[in-house]
Amino acid sequence: MQPWLHAYAALGVDAKSLILPRRGSSIPARLYLLAPSDALVLYNLLTQVTPTLNTMETLLQQIVNGLVVGSVYALVALGYTMVYGILGLINFAHGDVLMVGALVALQVAAYLQNTWPGLGTTAILLISLGAAVPVCMLMGYTIERAAYRRLRNAPRLAPLITAIGMSFLLQTLAMIIWGRAYHSFPPLFPTAPLQPIEGVFITPVQVTILVASAVLMVALVLLVNKTSLGRAMRATAENHRVASLMGVDTNKIISTTFIIGSGLAAVAGVMISSNYGVAHYSMGFMPGLKAFTAAVLGGIGNLGGAMVGGIVLGLVESIGAGYIEQLSFGLLNSSYQDIFAFVILGIVLIFRPTGLLGERVSDRA
Amino acid sequence: MMKKKLIAVAALALSGSLSAGLAQADDLVVKIGHAGPLTGNIAHLGKDNENGARLALEEYQAKGVTIGGKKVKFELISEDDQGDPKTGNIVAQRLVDAGVKGVVGHLNSGVSIPASRIYNQAGIVMVSPSSTNPTLTQQGFPFVFRTMSNDIQQGTVLGKFATAKLGKKVAIIDDRTAYGQGLADEVEKGVKATGGAVSSREFTTNQSTDFMAILTKVKSQNPDVVVYTGMDAQGGPMLKQMRQLGIAAKFMTGDGGCTLDFIKLAGDAMNDKAYCSQAGLPLDQLTDKTFRERYKKRFGIEVQVYAPYAYDAASAIVEAMKAANSVEPAKYQPFLKKVAFKGAGGNVAFDDKGDVKAGAITVYQFRAGKWEALK
Repeated sequence: MQPWLHAYAALGVDAKSLILPRRGSSIPARLYLLAPSDALVLYNLLTQVTPTLNTMETLLQQIVNGLVVGSVYALVALGYTMVYGILGLINFAHGDVLMVGALVALQVAAYLQNTWPGLGTTAILLISLGAAVPVCMLMGYTIERAAYRRLRNAPRLAPLITAIGMSFLLQTLAMIIWGRAYHSFPPLFPTAPLQPIEGVFITPVQVTILVASAVLMVALVLLVNKTSLGRAMRATAENHRVASLMGVDTNKIISTTFIIGSGLAAVAGVMISSNYGVAHYSMGFMPGLKAFTAAVLGGIGNLGGAMVGGIVLGLVESIGAGYIEQLSFGLLNSSYQDIFAFVILGIVLIFRPTGLLGERVSDRA
Repeated sequence: MMKKKLIAVAALALSGSLSAGLAQADDLVVKIGHAGPLTGNIAHLGKDNENGARLALEEYQAKGVTIGGKKVKFELISEDDQGDPKTGNIVAQRLVDAGVKGVVGHLNSGVSIPASRIYNQAGIVMVSPSSTNPTLTQQGFPFVFRTMSNDIQQGTVLGKFATAKLGKKVAIIDDRTAYGQGLADEVEKGVKATGGAVSSREFTTNQSTDFMAILTKVKSQNPDVVVYTGMDAQGGPMLKQMRQLGIAAKFMTGDGGCTLDFIKLAGDAMNDKAYCSQAGLPLDQLTDKTFRERYKKRFGIEVQVYAPYAYDAASAIVEAMKAANSVEPAKYQPFLKKVAFKGAGGNVAFDDKGDVKAGAITVYQFRAGKWEALK
């Protein structure tokens, strides 16, 4: 027996159950991660190696943390994945659209609070969101029209570099307009955390994030699968030349895609800012990077993949940061939390190069 | 006719440029470099340093400084190192190539340490106003100085204060930068030396905004105090998230969090359970009483943290130049070792390593809307 198996055995975990029950198992090989026995083993492992009493609370709290972060990732990832699905372009400026959304909302909210102090927080939130979304939509349209359209038939690297340049441009413009300082986002939600289960905390903002993300994702899936606009989008994704021969105005469809993606990014930006209470001109970079990762993890170009990828990435990060020390017997610590997430990404991509739910590659074969 | 006019114009232009050239030759133009993050997530602090250095040079120039019989005209060349060590090296080389006679910077320890090698090899004096990692002045570089006390002093005070006054069980979180990590190590030593226990050491990055996962883990250990060594941009939101998770422990942070922005970012999570320590004096007790007013009048914004020390760094360079009667670093470096004057942030005098002598450490508690110094 391997020495590390002894270590697990000492903790009362049947290590063999972790690695061996595959042969002859009725569960198909690629569902390993989802098998209920595995979830049980993982739970036992997590609970038994944690020395404290409030283990269950901690695990539930980490799951809540992961879901909240993950649903924001998913919302931003939808923007990446829609554009990739249709154009094969990775729009690196997407994270910065999010930042502009947050800062516009901040500006409007601050103005409203000064001018009409009697206005309720919900009204302020809705009005500032109502301002941020159209601004970002207009910006998404302009970016596509000005920077990407001319490069649509250029080699793939050209629009990619343009997208990176666009990201720098937006950040610099935002720095000029809003300055270098961190802005504190006004608390538009009640701040007292709720306790759905004793010891597990969730704030009203986080509940809103979960609900709003779910609603927007469902709405987007319905739009793409059930409406004529969605059909045109799918046709353009399949092959935009043929789609245009069939009477689809592909330029309009591509613009619409950017507009929808940017609108979602604006909502995500306002959510992130209200959750953390911060807005800053460089705040789009990390969520952008993580959402891109989530989109790849789920299978880029695939709407369902973006959602699954976002949630999985959020959970892996949260669980990773919380338990990596116990899982590695003190060898690794939370400074490896991002590495942990990327190791998972690497493993998934080795076994499923097109992501968890698969990339849309039908037209590029 | 036309030709004559042209010649006359040309002659006028020539004489004009000659006289301008002569007027400039009378002045001695001295380039002083500043380097710090002017973009990125702590750009507000980088700009603060730049303003501090600029104010010092402008004030000296207004008073009039004569070196080697010539009137000195100071020119501040400010470069953006993005808080990134690689960019820091490029910027340092650019300043050296531009022929600066001294550098105020860099801000981050992680950037200052590699850049200090470049300045030292080029024989250019570097005075950092805010890089507090002890390594900077322990490399044996004669041209490297700093105007703020280092992390050994601050970390020890922070760790001891946390254990003696706030509680025995301490969780430490750092941001994995040279500054955060170095300070956290010293805090840990301070805690253990005072009989406390470190319940967990957690890590985040200087780009993060979400700390829920590590805080949930910290919570499961029930610490009395959570210490964060990093900048305000992370510290403020971290305190907020601690309270969201129902962690009642006291919170303490180092000089990177002793700012106005920290208070703004933590929002309604700020109460008297928040503490911070800072190398140097409280802003309302600076040795130079009118510094903040002059700064606000000149730049239209409030001092963040390190501006007084950037002001002192620039002043120390000018004072040494005056004493040496030379602007050449090789000539004035020995005099920099001997300067002794009352700066904006305390008495400025360096020990043989280049560290400021007897730097003060102040602990603050949040009370009635602001950081209030505890005796």
